[in-house]
Amino acid sequence: MRAEILVAGQPAEALALVLTAPISFWGGVNPKTGLIADVRHPQHGVSISGKVLCLPGTIGSSSAAAVLLELVTAGRAPAAIILHEPDAILLLGLIVAQEMGHQTPMALRLDCGEFAGFAGQKLAIDKDGSITPS
Amino acid sequence: MALALTAEQQAIATGARGTGAAMAMRIVAATARLMGAPTLIPIASAHIDGALYHGDSGTLFAEKLVAGGGKVAVRATLNVGSLDLTGCSKNRLPSHERGMARRMMDAYRTLGCEPSWTCAPYQAGHRPALGSDVAWGESNAVVFCNSVLGARTNRYGDFLDIACAISGFAPYYGLHRPENRRATVVFDVSGLDPIFLDSEVAWPILGSLYGREIGDAVGVVAGIKANPGEDALKAFGAASASAGAVGLFHVAGVTPEAPDLAAALHHQPPQAVIKVTAKMIADSRRRLSTALDLNRIDAVAIGSPHLSAAEFDNLEVLIGKRKLKVTLYACTGRHALAALEENGRRAALEAAGVVVVADTCVVVTPILPDIQGAVLMTNSGKFAHYAPGNTGYGVIYGSMAECVESAVLGRPVFEAAT
Repeated sequence: MRAEILVAGQPAEALALVLTAPISFWGGVNPKTGLIADVRHPQHGVSISGKVLCLPGTIGSSSAAAVLLELVTAGRAPAAIILHEPDAILLLGLIVAQEMGHQTPMALRLDCGEFAGFAGQKLAIDKDGSITPS
Repeated sequence: MALALTAEQQAIATGARGTGAAMAMRIVAATARLMGAPTLIPIASAHIDGALYHGDSGTLFAEKLVAGGGKVAVRATLNVGSLDLTGCSKNRLPSHERGMARRMMDAYRTLGCEPSWTCAPYQAGHRPALGSDVAWGESNAVVFCNSVLGARTNRYGDFLDIACAISGFAPYYGLHRPENRRATVVFDVSGLDPIFLDSEVAWPILGSLYGREIGDAVGVVAGIKANPGEDALKAFGAASASAGAVGLFHVAGVTPEAPDLAAALHHQPPQAVIKVTAKMIADSRRRLSTALDLNRIDAVAIGSPHLSAAEFDNLEVLIGKRKLKVTLYACTGRHALAALEENGRRAALEAAGVVVVADTCVVVTPILPDIQGAVLMTNSGKFAHYAPGNTGYGVIYGSMAECVESAVLGRPVFEAAT
């Protein structure tokens, strides 16, 4: 299947991580380790680094982009980010990372109804936004 | 629809006002394209959440804007930083982080931002006019600006807030468009006990529930008899915006775009009505606490959003002449601190066992002592939400009066349940 490209970036081949609840990156993800820090989140303690991160939604703080920029510069970013709908607060982190000269993961838009089928799968994400199991 | 830039906007993007302004305009334009905005609109002011240190990358971004000669084109107040520059409180940031946080705060000042250092700029003299377009960051400030002031802002994240302030423009989409400010969900509290609705804890608890139920929709709270006051609306908005992606709420008969329920709905039928029950309130209240041990507290924190002058008055009355056994951290901005410095009020609070925290707060920078398994008591729905992840403290939620009594006695105490 092919997803709409929200922010262009590096192609990826990685394990999918499907979050089952929306997350706030600030306060919800440790910017140094990439681990989910929100104790109330169902995936608390799981690492988002190097994963194809499927997000059902984002909530909370307006500092999400800062956490994502920090993850990119620390080499701890997800391999790709798939969102149900575009989220400026989060994806600014990728736009600014590119302004600062970093290579970034891609951000894609896809109906969240597709996410459940990705759970535990290894996915290849191409520059044109195509997603294939690998 | 492709984004159309004016000649002026194109000139800024290609360097007419320097490389800093060009970078800012490119970021604004990229966001506009991402969100499908057809044009950019001029803004009247900005509130900048970007000066909080999350890592070196944010400092380097701000310094790149400074190096490019960037200056804000509109009034821009600053949200909290990572350091208390007033010296009221100390934090445990290691020296590298402290240095980079200081450089970041300095860079934002060099860009022309005001050193307000508060998450409650709307109580520090920055109150944009009803219907004006602004670019505000910090989730509670965004929701207050939209809902209580009736100015129009999206939820501006770090980087985009300063990019809008420097370029002077923002993408035209979302809550800048009048039609998107219509409430589609009714949050009906008319079935709740009026005694509960009059209590201080009602608003953070309702806000937390509202945020989880509503997500990013625009809702209208119905069934409120009297204006609960600005600090209650502040607490509701902050809790709602930390539990959900709330950018704008209405309260029928209270907030400026909701003279009545029908007006908030733009005279259309709602898509959903949530009848709030006593059980939902009890569940919401329970969710605010995470601590398993309800017999200890290691610290008490209030002031998220930052305490107003009126909230300090209340704190002084509640403490009276007593001493606290457990430190109470009272987070605020310079706007309220100035009044506290008169007549030795800050010194008196400190002598009782209060630590006043200015310019920052206890969930964004390490001020609380590093204690394994520690428990924080708070009256803030926002602190309750973020403290476990950011400080490692478990949370017990209570009213301001319960927080003060618990600090005095050194253990959690609760009033008769309401």
